[in-house]
Amino acid sequence: MATTAAPAPGQTPTAGGSYAAGEQTGIWSWLATVDHKRIGTLYLWTALSFFIVGGIEAFIIRLQLMRPNGQVVSAEVYNQLFTMHGTTMVFLVIMPLSAAFFNYLIPLQIGARDVAFPRLNAFSYWVYLFGGVFMTIPIFFGAAPNGGWFGYAPLTTMQFSGGLNIDFWVIGLQILGISSLAAAFNFITTIINMRAPGMTLMRMPIFTWMSFIVQFLLILAFPAITIALVFLQFDRFFGTQFYEIAAGADPLLWQHLFWVFGHPEVYILILPAFGLASEILPTFSKKPLFGYNVMVYSGIMIGFLGFGVWAHHMFAVGMGATADTIFSMATMLIGIPTGVKIFNWIATMWGGQIRFTVAMKFAIALVALFTIGGISGVMHSSPPTDLQQTDTYFIVAHFHYVLFGGSIMGIMGGIYFYYPKMTGRYMSEKIGNWHFWLFFIGMNLTFFPMHFSGMLGMPRRIYSYDVGQGWETFNFQSTIGVMIQGLGLILFVYNFLKSKKTGAVAPGDAWGAGTLEWSIPSPPPEYNFAQLPVVTSRYPLWDLKHPEMTAGLAHSGPDAMTVTDSHATPMHEETEYKNAADLGIPMPFPTIKPLFTALFLVLMFSGLLFIHLDLFPVALTIMIGCAAAFVGSLYGWLTSPLE
Amino acid sequence: MATAVATAGHDSHAEGHGEHVHHTSTGLENRKIAVWAFIGSECMLFASLISTYLIYKGRSRVGPWPHEWGCKTSAAVAKTRELLQGCSPADVMKPILDIPVTSQSTFVLLMSSLAMVLALAAVETKGTPLPAGAGWWDRCLASSKFWLMATAVMGATFLGYQSYEFTSFVHEGLTIKTNLFGSSFFTLTGFHGAHVTAGVLWLLTLFAIDVKRGLKGKTDVLLVDICALYWHFVDVVWIAIFTLIYLIQ
Amino acid sequence: MSDHNAHGSAAKADHVEHPTWKQYKWVAFWLTLITAIEVWIYYTPFKDSAAFAPTLMAMSAFKFGVVVFYYMHLKYDHAIFRRLFAMGLGIALFTIMALLFLFHKISV
Repeated sequence: MATTAAPAPGQTPTAGGSYAAGEQTGIWSWLATVDHKRIGTLYLWTALSFFIVGGIEAFIIRLQLMRPNGQVVSAEVYNQLFTMHGTTMVFLVIMPLSAAFFNYLIPLQIGARDVAFPRLNAFSYWVYLFGGVFMTIPIFFGAAPNGGWFGYAPLTTMQFSGGLNIDFWVIGLQILGISSLAAAFNFITTIINMRAPGMTLMRMPIFTWMSFIVQFLLILAFPAITIALVFLQFDRFFGTQFYEIAAGADPLLWQHLFWVFGHPEVYILILPAFGLASEILPTFSKKPLFGYNVMVYSGIMIGFLGFGVWAHHMFAVGMGATADTIFSMATMLIGIPTGVKIFNWIATMWGGQIRFTVAMKFAIALVALFTIGGISGVMHSSPPTDLQQTDTYFIVAHFHYVLFGGSIMGIMGGIYFYYPKMTGRYMSEKIGNWHFWLFFIGMNLTFFPMHFSGMLGMPRRIYSYDVGQGWETFNFQSTIGVMIQGLGLILFVYNFLKSKKTGAVAPGDAWGAGTLEWSIPSPPPEYNFAQLPVVTSRYPLWDLKHPEMTAGLAHSGPDAMTVTDSHATPMHEETEYKNAADLGIPMPFPTIKPLFTALFLVLMFSGLLFIHLDLFPVALTIMIGCAAAFVGSLYGWLTSPLE
Repeated sequence: MATAVATAGHDSHAEGHGEHVHHTSTGLENRKIAVWAFIGSECMLFASLISTYLIYKGRSRVGPWPHEWGCKTSAAVAKTRELLQGCSPADVMKPILDIPVTSQSTFVLLMSSLAMVLALAAVETKGTPLPAGAGWWDRCLASSKFWLMATAVMGATFLGYQSYEFTSFVHEGLTIKTNLFGSSFFTLTGFHGAHVTAGVLWLLTLFAIDVKRGLKGKTDVLLVDICALYWHFVDVVWIAIFTLIYLIQ
Repeated sequence: MSDHNAHGSAAKADHVEHPTWKQYKWVAFWLTLITAIEVWIYYTPFKDSAAFAPTLMAMSAFKFGVVVFYYMHLKYDHAIFRRLFAMGLGIALFTIMALLFLFHKISV
């Protein structure tokens, strides 16, 4: 274990580090970490890498569609491209980017020293990494999943998809589901039980609130897709009849089970970005968030209602008028709490002293672009209109506006906003501005024309189209847009990598924000808070440093709290790096056991593949062997002390 | 959720095994909160399985059937043996579910919940001296090892019944591949059985810990409590399965 | 028979009362009795009436309830656990009903 001398107060981080001086370095410290900040950093790097992969996939798709009768790739490869693009972006990029922020921020925002189950946290990350690699590796064998990111059965049954492609998809998603579920239990417990004294639920930062809601969506939605996938797995590997039409199976079973998961999933994808925007906008408007209570309640409503709208993805299958009507009304209803948020964000900025930092630009872009995506979305909520739009590029336009214009823009804003906190240095605003404008212009140039080609009938998932249908110009524009976005991405990557060494040094309170994470040094020491603060309002740091900004909010004095925890003190700013041992704070032991447990779990699942290679004994050996290793590793983990 | 004003952070002295007690917002244990969240999630898991079973009920194209008489060589289906037409005796498929046998296994599982509850109570009162004149039953009640093992044994008995049931179904021609009923039935009850198996392993682990160092004190009560919550939930799922699959036609 | 509600270390903020051995016995008794009744009526002509399924479901719901409230002591614990469970159970029940409706197994 590397040791370093105790750092002097105010000492800047060691070169190239995104962690404070005094901590371990080297690859082992990353493999065995149980620190939420490091785990968040791992998620961030891995997810951004997959973002590049998904982006390349999109780029090739667009090259193929640039002109009529494109010859860049074959139909089979095209199927793999759009399947992997969707699967990668949803499961390997946006969800893990959100997870990066959950991990890094939630304990800091609620005034905790780590999450409730630090080793389970590490486990979640390793399962994600191994599962993501598992799902992506078949690309190199030309066997990438090719059934769409939604994998409709019976198309994905053995009869119609006999190769290994779908096997990788099904098994990969099961693995990723375990990662998300484990993390969700962790964060639910953390948020319920580990808040600093005085931090009532209605004083939590909005990012933590949105994340809290997302965890419930995760634990209630994932079981549905788990079962849908189990049925498909069993059909493919063990010959069951769940999706066998000849045996009387219903072709809609998959669709319903998938979308029972799939709709809450899209709220899982957007709410964290909403949360990030809700942190950025008040900071750079120098005003508290407008209508905090409403923002919380609308988030809860969106989460709750989100379980009742799933069949709006199925308006074209013939469910009948009653079903169509009910789901249509529910879908329109859910637009209301979402719209309310847009107005609250605008009201937050109204009358504020706006600073147009890069993070702020991204957050404002989220508000504008998500609104556009929401408008096309509400159009789909009417079944008759949707019958024209479904399965066309109009839908592709909609979901890219909400997912790119919403989630990605929000997350990019979050990266620029929290990078100083994580690394102790600002990203370059100059390069960031280029990145922003290239993304903004490129994104609109790519996806706005899709509204038109969609309306003119261009179907989804076609690998080429003929001349003379009126789609050429729009497709050409979209491809140019993607090239512009690509430039933006390159600049972003450059900015991200370079700023760690050469960015301007950032203090703990890098932007003049009001929440707890800004009251500790940048990057935070491993123990987060030397002394847990007593929180007196929603913006404890503004209370301390700019009380005039929170004068209108509800407050409580420190003495109103019946605090008996001797570690808590009145709200304060911490600027020095100390030693956890000196402070009497027990830190969890680093351990490699979560990594091995994750590895054996993933290997166990991958044993299934051998069944389709006609190597049943090999499959059995691998599965049983790795199951035993998994259980052994788990026992070792559970029986060793945390700290 | 109601605003929970943070009250007494639990600064109580470390108990039992010298662990550091952390401040909590609710005064509750992290693992207990996690287990209830897990149980909430499992409700959706079993809901998906049960829904599929109910959706596919009556839709199988070939038998055997759960409650009806069928024929291997024809499409004849009937509610009673007498009503079954056009099937030679050698080809008759009787209703495959065996209510008397399953009632026994159901009873065993329900009683295992009682044993579980007594195991928890025994760990909670460990160290409390028995009252004067306590007989063998009181000593038995106080033995956490006895009740943990009893629960595990009853769980294993349930699994024994399930194995018997599954193998006899296979003998009568119902496998997981045979028809929609077979697929959905074996998957649903198989998942339940896997949960019971995990629970039995968990109980045996707790038993082993009890033998090795004894289960006593707040942390151990928590360990047994979360196992108990899991165990009762698995029992409760079976209550739903027994009614919806076995009893209702 | 001694009463097992003398709990030394368990007398914490989250335990106002606690089910007693007597209550546990009663729960076990009712579980057994109701199950026996369920199986018994399965063999009577009542099985073929329209009220059979609802009756059985009501009885099972009762069994479900007593196990959850007493054995899992949800009745005696902090409200947060009731909420966590209710959320899961509520969404689950809603989903089952919605799916049964969508697949024409029940009508609204």
